[in-house]
Amino acid sequence: MDKALIKPFIAKRVAKELHDGDVVNLGIGLPTLVPQYLPEGVELTLQAENGTIGVGTLTEENKDPYYMVDAGGKPTIAAPGGSYIDSCTSFGLIRGGHVDATILGALQVDEKGNLSNWIIPGKMVPGMGGAMDLVVGARKTIVAMEHTQKGNHKILKNCTLPYTALNCVDMIVTEMAVIEVTPEGLVLTEYNPEFTVEEVQAATEATLIISPDLKPMC
Amino acid sequence: MAKIVTIEEAVALIPDGATIMVGGFMGCGNPLKVVKALAESGKGNFTMICNDGSMLGGPSGEEFYGVAQLIHNKQIKHLIASHVGLNPEVATLMNSGEMKVTLIPQGSLAEMIRAGGAGLGGVITPTGFGTLVEEGEHIAGQIEIDGKRYLIEKPLRADVALISGYRVDKKGNIWYKGTTRNFNLPMATAADLVIVEADNLVEVGEIEPENVMTSCVFVDYIVDGGNA
Repeated sequence: MDKALIKPFIAKRVAKELHDGDVVNLGIGLPTLVPQYLPEGVELTLQAENGTIGVGTLTEENKDPYYMVDAGGKPTIAAPGGSYIDSCTSFGLIRGGHVDATILGALQVDEKGNLSNWIIPGKMVPGMGGAMDLVVGARKTIVAMEHTQKGNHKILKNCTLPYTALNCVDMIVTEMAVIEVTPEGLVLTEYNPEFTVEEVQAATEATLIISPDLKPMC
Repeated sequence: MAKIVTIEEAVALIPDGATIMVGGFMGCGNPLKVVKALAESGKGNFTMICNDGSMLGGPSGEEFYGVAQLIHNKQIKHLIASHVGLNPEVATLMNSGEMKVTLIPQGSLAEMIRAGGAGLGGVITPTGFGTLVEEGEHIAGQIEIDGKRYLIEKPLRADVALISGYRVDKKGNIWYKGTTRNFNLPMATAADLVIVEADNLVEVGEIEPENVMTSCVFVDYIVDGGNA
């Protein structure tokens, strides 16, 4: 698949998982592309863990970088009808199950739905920020990522990097497939017709259970 | 009732080696002028509880934005934070052993500070269960309640909290603007000494009681940030 098309392709598929009125937290990078692919009539309330509920449209006129930033430290603004809250309230919202979905990237996901995305010991130690709370608290955790990392498996039998949280991932969307995490293991529900099911399995260390309703993506 | 002091008097209240809390998120909501004065004071050996190490490159091109200056100056011996990825100097100092870094999930950190200010013995949270967080010094144990497993996080308090308020009245009541409420709100309750930098120092009554976000009873000293 053309490299430039991968992220929009994944974002477009993730967008179909969201419902009108959902409260959603988006991780940095790929997940921030999701809103532009929402189906007609679907409006989300985007939540940023540092204290915005209902993210609005930023312009040169309304931007106020000393007072309003998003979870990446970049300027943001609350939409009309939105609100600003403190960090305790924000994480109460997150842990308390008031966020319908969190969409984020991963370094590794395994067949039990365990997630590793916050540290590569000795190499990259940025800290977990709000990720551990988000994946534990959100009603649905969707991992949106490229299927492999430079040819290396990311969807594993067991994560080898330190966990972000256990049994937290509900769905994995990549440029090759849509995979649902179930108590029985990883179920392949959709595949990108540019690839064969065998190719999807070969790019996945964990054994995929093929859904009886397997269908093409998008 | 809080006392209005100069920025020099405020810095004089912060002892070397103190545990300090600094409100803000990626620099947004750091009390910028007090932090700058502290950075220039030559004091150090601080344990700093702050959500992050701020970042290099502030909104107006500040080389070291907010608390990033304290880290750059090596005034912090121990940083307790949730995210340090936007300030690469943190990793450098951590790897060289010049600064100890304790990472705590952001929601737990916020709630541990709230617990510290609210007289609670800890926080029982599902966050971090089964992860490296379990090994932290801030963990008091684990507990199972109704079949669900939780970590018990200890409360956090500090000697001094440095808070930023957009509008602060002369008694010390605070109104926060935008996303700056973040950690400022809980931190204002969780230190022995609370110093607020008022971006706009206003008369008592100008903030309606309904709109006071942090009551003056939590605040000890006010520094006029001079924007009013």
